[in-house]
Formats: sequence, C-alpha cells, structure tokens
Amino acid sequence: MTSELRDLYQQVILDHNRKPRNFRTLANPSRAAEGYNPLCGDRLTVEIALEGDVIRDIGFQGSGCAISKASASMMTADLKSKTVTEAEEAFERFRAMLTENGPDAELGKLSVFAGVREFPSRIKCATLAWHTVHAALAGKAEPVTTE
Amino acid sequence: MKQSTVALDVERIRKDFPILHQEVHGRPLVYLDSAATSQKPQVVLDALADYYGRDNANVHRGVHQLSERATEAYEGARTRIQRFLNAAHSREIVFVRGTTEGINLVAHTYGRRTVGPGDEVVITALEHHSNIVPWQMLCEEKGAALRVVPIDDAGEVDVEAYERLLGERTRLVAVAHVSNALGTIVPAKRMIEAAHRRGIAVLVDGAQAAPHLRVDVQDLDCDFYTFSGHKTYGPTGIGVLYGKSDLLEAMPPFQGGGDMIKSVSFEKTVYNDLPYKFEAGTPDIAGAIGLGAALEYLEGLGLDRVAAHEHALLVHGTERLSSLPGLRLVGTAREKASILSFLVDGVHAHDVGSILDREGIAVRTGHHCAMPVMTRFGIAATTRASLGVYNTREDIDALVEGLAKVREIFG
Repeated sequence: MTSELRDLYQQVILDHNRKPRNFRTLANPSRAAEGYNPLCGDRLTVEIALEGDVIRDIGFQGSGCAISKASASMMTADLKSKTVTEAEEAFERFRAMLTENGPDAELGKLSVFAGVREFPSRIKCATLAWHTVHAALAGKAEPVTTE
Repeated sequence: MKQSTVALDVERIRKDFPILHQEVHGRPLVYLDSAATSQKPQVVLDALADYYGRDNANVHRGVHQLSERATEAYEGARTRIQRFLNAAHSREIVFVRGTTEGINLVAHTYGRRTVGPGDEVVITALEHHSNIVPWQMLCEEKGAALRVVPIDDAGEVDVEAYERLLGERTRLVAVAHVSNALGTIVPAKRMIEAAHRRGIAVLVDGAQAAPHLRVDVQDLDCDFYTFSGHKTYGPTGIGVLYGKSDLLEAMPPFQGGGDMIKSVSFEKTVYNDLPYKFEAGTPDIAGAIGLGAALEYLEGLGLDRVAAHEHALLVHGTERLSSLPGLRLVGTAREKASILSFLVDGVHAHDVGSILDREGIAVRTGHHCAMPVMTRFGIAATTRASLGVYNTREDIDALVEGLAKVREIFG
C-alpha cells in the first residue's frame, strides 16, 4: 500500500467513519444547514445549539464517503464548547491545512486530515461539513455546495 | 459475419493507443473509464496533426487549395459517419459538439414545433441527465408533461409499461440505446416500432452504444440518433446527430449564423440545405476529421469482433466481481454492454476510487450523471468500471486485486 493511502486512511479516520460521533439530530437546534457535494452526491445536515455565542451542542446526519463522514464526526467533537469566532478560525485553519499549508499542530486531532492534501479530488469531501457549519452559523437557508 | 470469427489481437490494438503505456502512481495504467471518455488511437492523433499541419483552412468558403482539401476531408468524415450508422443520405448527418448538443438541438427545433400544452414526452428511468434535462426544460416551457418509463431491479426497461404510457398526447420518445450507469442494452427497435404505430417520433441517445454495438439507423428506423466522438475513440468537442431527412427538412434551424444560409438580406434570410442548415458558424473541422479517422479505425477492427471481445470481458468481469464477498453489481440486465457498476459493502464509491487510483486503476465513481438511476436503486453512488477495445482480462484481474486492497484498508 502506498504511504499516501496510509496517511489518508488512518485508523482514527476509519474509526470515525465506522462509528461517527454526534451522528444525531438535536431536540432544539438554534442553527441548521444542509451541505451538498454535487460531484459525488454526498449530502449532510448539521444542527447547532448555541448558548450565547458558544456552541453548546452540535450534531450531523447524512451519507458520504469515509473522508466526509470522519471529517464531520471529528469536526463536531472539536467544535463543541467553542465560540462562533473560534469555530470560524478552526474552519480557516482546517481549510488552509488541506489546500496550502499542510500539517498544523494547532489543529490537534484534526491534523490527521493533512494527508487529504495529497488527494486533490478529495479535499471537498473533507471540507463539506465545515462549509455546512459555516453556512449554519451565518444563518444561510439555502443548501451550501462545495462548488 | 466471417470477420467476427477471428478474435481481436488486443496486444496489437494496445500498441495503437500511446496513452496506455504509462505508469500512474508508479503502477502500470489500467484504464477502465472508457464510458466517461475513450482513449484515442494514434491514427486519430495523426489525423488531427495532419489537418492542422497540412490542410488547415475554413470549409465551404475558400476557392484556394487548402480550403478545398479541408472541405474534402470534412465532408469525407461525414460520408464515413453515414456509412458507420448506415444512414440513407449524408445530408442526414449533422455535426454537433456531442450527444448533449444533439439532444438539445432536437428539443429546441423538432421539440418546440411538435410539443404543446398538455402534450407528453416519454423517457425512461435509466437516462443520463443529458436525456432528461432538455426535455424537462421543453416541457416546462410548453406546459407539457414528462412521463418516465420504469426500470426493474435488474435495470431493464419495462417495455409493457412503456407501451401503456404511449398515448394520444405523446409527441416524442427519447431513450438511451445503452445505459451509462447500468450497461443495459435497451430494446430500442421494439420501442421505436411501438412508438411508430402511434405516429410518435423517437430519438435514441447512442452515446454509450456507438463505441460498442453495430448501429444501423435504417434497421432501427429511429427518427434521430446522436452520439459523441470522444466516447467513440475520437476527439472531444465533436459529435453527430442523425435525423431522417424529411424531419430535418421540416425543422427550423437551431442556431443562426454563417454557413447555415443561402442568402441574407435585412428583409429575409433563406436557409441552407441539409445538413448545413444545422451547422451555423465554423464547425469543429479537425474534430470531424478526427472522428472520421476513429470510426475508420473501429470499422477496421470490425464492430462485431469489438462487441464479441467486450462481451467476453464483461462476462469475465461479472463472474470475478460477483465472487467477491460484500460486492454487489448494480445493473444486471440480460443484455448489457461495457459497464460494470458496483457497490462495495460498507465502503463509499469515492473511497474505492481513490484506493484504486493509487493502484494505477482508473474508474469512475459517483452518480454518473444519472441521479434518478441512483435514486431508483436507493443508493448515492457506485463505482463503475467500463470497457473498451483495448481492455484485457488482466485489466479485470487488476481491478479485482485493487478491490482486495480496499478490503485490506477498510476491513
């Protein structure tokens, strides 16, 4: 197996794909958005319960490839109890890691996705959930797409 | 038929396709994505280079030598295509950009003239988006209804349901000859007969059929047939619309411009004869010549032999893939061509595609521009391996080995 494949499909990613965390709907979400990747048909919804500007709870639903599911799962775990501003900063950092900078220790566990950078066609899979959160926080009603 | 008794020499064919001889991610390329676009033999590359290097000029315009050569080559390609489709007349062959444009041309001209409020256009549930959306747009514009013939769990068109759908208000039937997502060979001839008994015209989307089956538009008796050059071993940007001459004659032009006119004044324009009425502006001359070379190549191999070779590979691939635990073929029609669409239990098609790519294997993953087909089967995406003349049993075996890697990673 190539080392790029090992970097892409790390155990932690495969684990989150098999057992996604926060894979549920919220009782009283204050924000929600739908994300869609028209290239592969991946579709997910993210729901957020805000307390002031703190993300008190966050869940997601949908179907997609291992990268998009694991990314959504790990994102929800990461964003819980972050402020809206911190969440947006994390999104920027995450996107920069995938498209420009490569591994970023500041991102903690999320840095396992650095390997996606070697698979340009898969970057949208990893960022779909993040784009959706961004849209939810911005209060957008229309589904966001990765295009 | 004697030709078909001698098997294709695939090793020799592979030498004709320079692109196949490369490594991808350090592995020999295994190209199993011909349904997306086929690779091009050297004769096609040479035809393009020769045209631009020696004969390049505009067609139907100049009195000079180069223009005469370019026109002769361009019209020669049209005659080649006429023979390829067994059309009655070369004026029935219209050059377009591809299948999509061929369908849109018919929707905008024949469709707009024929379909009115309350009328119906019939398609099937296995169509590519390009044979759905133009009809939806037409129906929306005209206040007409789009009726869809169901398919069964194998991916076969329900022909009885189709015949029941044909009614007083049906104005047009548009159907794929071969499904790009499932590989089903659609019983086009029978469907055309049924439509004609009620005086309804039929367009056949031949994008996935022309490279794999012998197409005879007179035998099919279809009213329109369209296919793409780039899936038929020719260049991108060129395709063909065949139409029966009486229908084409009666249709208004599609686009206005140069070459599609006999005379123009500010008071009145007289349109040109067929097929030029439908070829406004400078056409893709090189593309047409390249497509002519591709079809000459394909006919040189013998379409019956090509079909037999690909059928044997399809049978081999079906057997090998079916034997893999956790793998399910999507599209198991009795009559199929070229396509092996499948699901790997617990693994999304995109992950399968990425892993296969690292093994040097090119497949298509996703909805294959046939989202209603995915919906019909309750899935989001499949992995699709599709075959061409240059594929071998070893390519199928490499795919099976690649799928073992998928299992290795995903468990």
